[in-house]
Amino acid sequence: MIGAYRPGSSLLHRMPAGPKLLGLVVALVAIAVTRSWWTLGVATAATLALYAVARIPWSALWQQVRPLRWVVLFIGVLQWITTGWQAALMVTGTLVVSVALAALFTLTTRVTAMLDLTVKLLHPLRRFVDPDRVGLVLAMTIRAVPLMVSIVQDVQQARTARGVGFSLRAMAVPAVVRALRQADAMGDALIARGVDD
Amino acid sequence: MPEIRFAGVRHAYGERVVLESIDLQLTERRIGIVGGNGSGKSTLARMINGLVMPTGGTVSVDGLDTHRDGKGVRARVGFVFTDPDNQIVMPTVQEDVAFSLRRSGLSKDERRARVQDTLQRFGLGEHADHPPHLLSGGQKQLLALAAVLVRRPRLLVADEPTTLLDLRNARMVGELLAGLDEQLVLVTHHLELLHGFDRVVVIDGGRVAADDAPAPALAAYRALLG
Repeated sequence: MIGAYRPGSSLLHRMPAGPKLLGLVVALVAIAVTRSWWTLGVATAATLALYAVARIPWSALWQQVRPLRWVVLFIGVLQWITTGWQAALMVTGTLVVSVALAALFTLTTRVTAMLDLTVKLLHPLRRFVDPDRVGLVLAMTIRAVPLMVSIVQDVQQARTARGVGFSLRAMAVPAVVRALRQADAMGDALIARGVDD
Repeated sequence: MPEIRFAGVRHAYGERVVLESIDLQLTERRIGIVGGNGSGKSTLARMINGLVMPTGGTVSVDGLDTHRDGKGVRARVGFVFTDPDNQIVMPTVQEDVAFSLRRSGLSKDERRARVQDTLQRFGLGEHADHPPHLLSGGQKQLLALAAVLVRRPRLLVADEPTTLLDLRNARMVGELLAGLDEQLVLVTHHLELLHGFDRVVVIDGGRVAADDAPAPALAAYRALLG
């Protein structure tokens, strides 16, 4: 989701986030519920066709499903041992196609469109939760992941430069302190931008 | 130009007093604030849009008290920080600028048009769909500026916006700030950026040490530094 959006003008890019999400949910439920070779085959072909329609390069598709490889291997082997190779292929195939479809949604939908959709979907619950605030929390969560990665990398490099060996405390203390200071600074910046007014 | 008024302002963090007896009425178009590290200049700047509330006295912008009407003040006052990374929230340049308008009450089309205008104005149009972390330091600061100015504040407060930048980027951001239509309060250590300013306030030890046109004020500042 973080920075996954690929700019474009295809039909899928232009499609509003709501119907697109609904389509995704229907497809995922259909794949999970029917559990047939025929459905899986059609879903695989349709997914590949949708990537082509969206003009998303195959390398981007691979980038999205690659992190699954160890999970797929683990589940596949487990299924093979317990229920046979056909079940293993069905479960892992369903998993990969589902992730590829979900990834297509994030690859063709701006984060702002997703946030707008979240706010819209939560609107009926506005007596209990503030939809804008939930949208803001989601945006901040998305932003926090690469920031935390960057902080940990900086701390690790500083530790290496000082010739310090591995130490959980030497890693955790500066990383947590920096993260808290960064959170404080971002909070100020959000207030200054009038986000919480 | 909006009127910024500090009346008998005092501020302390616990026992440590960082600002004392500040009385200022700022109406000029270009105002510089200088001072050494820990002099209290950033605290003073943050008070203008209500990020820091004084522990004594009042701060107001156009007659709006920062304590009682923070929302109204922030609608008038934009604030740019030293580190643009702290201000960037969204995964692409365009979305980050648009994020500032989420609660503006403008229609989707109006928001889109205003974001496009702002990106063009700051030379970021070709980077609209790029992730901000791929931008140079100067471009990130331009994005931070764009994200603030898209809300069309009447006054911009910039707290050391060039400190983290190299000479070229600092000059680029400085020139852009100098050319803005909005009233500007610039806190800086880069004294050359204050060329052509209307007024410079020197803060030392939490008090106003000099308040004058740039030449005499900066001479007083240099004298203070020894």
